Amino acid sequence: MIPLRPIQSIVVREFKRFFRQRGRLLSALARPLLWLFILGTGITRIVETPAGVSYLQFLFPGVLGMVVLFSSIHSALSTVYDREFGVMRLILVAPISRLTIVSAKVASGSLLSLFQAAILLCLAPLIGLPLGLGQILLLTVYVLLTAVAITGVGMLLASRIDSLENFAGVMNFVVFPMFFLSGGLYPVKLLPATLQWVIYVNPLAYGIDLFKHALLPVEAMTLGPDFPLASNLGVLVAFSAVTIAAATSLFDKEARLVRLAAR
Amino acid sequence: MPAIVTENLVKRFGDLTAVDGLTIEVRPGELFAFLGPNGAGKTTTIHMLCTLLRPTAGSARVAGHDCVKEAWAVRRAIGLVFQESTLDKDLTAYENLWFACCLQNLTSRVATERIAEILRLFELTDRKDHMTKHLSGGLRRRLDIARGVLHRPRILFLDEPTVGLDPQARRQIWQFLDTLRRQEETTLFVTTHYLEEAETCDRVGIIDHGRLIALDTPEELKQVFKGDVVQIRSDRLNELARAIREEFQLSPQVTDRGLLLEVTDGEAFLPMLIRSFGDQIAGINIQRPSLNEVFLHLTGREFKP
Ligand SMILES: Nc1ncnc2c1ncn2[C@@H]1O[C@H](COP(=O)(O)OP(=O)(O)OP(=O)(O)O)[C@@H](O)[C@H]1O
Ligand SMILES: [Mg+2]
Repeated sequence: MIPLRPIQSIVVREFKRFFRQRGRLLSALARPLLWLFILGTGITRIVETPAGVSYLQFLFPGVLGMVVLFSSIHSALSTVYDREFGVMRLILVAPISRLTIVSAKVASGSLLSLFQAAILLCLAPLIGLPLGLGQILLLTVYVLLTAVAITGVGMLLASRIDSLENFAGVMNFVVFPMFFLSGGLYPVKLLPATLQWVIYVNPLAYGIDLFKHALLPVEAMTLGPDFPLASNLGVLVAFSAVTIAAATSLFDKEARLVRLAAR
Repeated sequence: MPAIVTENLVKRFGDLTAVDGLTIEVRPGELFAFLGPNGAGKTTTIHMLCTLLRPTAGSARVAGHDCVKEAWAVRRAIGLVFQESTLDKDLTAYENLWFACCLQNLTSRVATERIAEILRLFELTDRKDHMTKHLSGGLRRRLDIARGVLHRPRILFLDEPTVGLDPQARRQIWQFLDTLRRQEETTLFVTTHYLEEAETCDRVGIIDHGRLIALDTPEELKQVFKGDVVQIRSDRLNELARAIREEFQLSPQVTDRGLLLEVTDGEAFLPMLIRSFGDQIAGINIQRPSLNEVFLHLTGREFKP
């Protein structure tokens, strides 16, 4: 039996926290706009793209990926915050399994990502990317799938971090490289072969590629998707399963950290 | 069936032995106080009993279940109020309680009823919609405890529930605990720094450097003292101690609170004392022995929280 109430309550709590932390809310909403309209518009002026797709349109799936990335990692790393401020100990002593806790965190990260992605998607028609009902449904699935995989990665990171001080390190050494080496800013096929290797192990690259499948017109050519649809889906499902399983088994060791958190 | 049994429970952190061969038994419905100075191993013991830490050696059973192999069953039977607050400061008081009910998988109807009842018992009803971060320390502590008992655990662990509170708030919390015990027959395992709080418990376990050094009712513990404790203030404690030792064949102890003497009949002893050393004494006080004297007797040190 799936313990729905505990999972639901953990998700609801994350949403409440998200809306009550003004700074986080505002930066989450402003960040994609900055990338899209300032960076995107600027670069559109200086690069020439093949007919049919502007750089701004090409950038849109990438920025959508960025929204999912930040939101998923942030949710996962809130586990570190919870550990430091005690709420995690309350959760750990409740009669729920480690898998339930990890699942609830993954669900929170995914739903928060979906919420922010939905806001961004409202802007798609403004830059000449019309959205049909079919695309919206597809994108919902793709965003959730990407978010689950990335929250899984984040939970794995969170199980290794024991204080919020390492947060900046994660941002610089995990989040930004993940975004820059994702195919969101430039097509993967145009990168040197050595960098392409890094992209192959980056779950965000497959997520953004899925978004390209759903958003960019078929005539996009080099600016279009880099991988086949099925391999994107397969890799993301595999990533999710592995990271969630690993995070769950490492989560058990969290009990050790109970005291560290108390200091 | 005992509520809590431990056998030779040991927890080591590297070379440090935080809990060293603890064997105790707590009866159902009992109010058990776990007393010890800072770093004695109280919190570590509670965390092992509540399945948050894995014992290095020995075994523990809570509510009849093994704390390692049946951690799940143990968690269903217990409530735990941590030493440091574990409230979510970004939620309201009500939301914190609601969250705890959901973690225990209570239905909405039961949760609503319990929360209303608990808010009333802990006199928090008019604060329920306040943000937790805006509550005073005392109110927050009350909310912490309220949350620990929401799901009516059979065994409730409280790690220093009253630390840092003023005497009135402390009294109030003990009243709540007492009501709880009478209404729900909950077993209470309480750690405390306050000796006078331990005095009111059914039994007291005294722990020092991870070892249990005494375990009995407060009255029995104090039986080692046949008489009264005389406390003497003076400018020249050491000289006076030597003189008293010679004159009366007693063994006074020099402490921060002055000279402590154990005598059979304090009232009869005082005139003799004053006759011999009246000019060296700045003040005298006679008390029935407290747990502090028990601790001093067992360890040779004053009890310092
Ligand atoms: N996770 C840990 N790693 C290393 N040492 C620890 C850890 N947890 C506790 N200790 C040590 O174990 C000893 C017992 O600590 P514990 O917290 O159980 O004491 P306590 O009786 O609860 O003290 P206090 O009254 O200060 O709360 C202390 O010396 C403490 O520093
Ligand atoms: Mg402690």
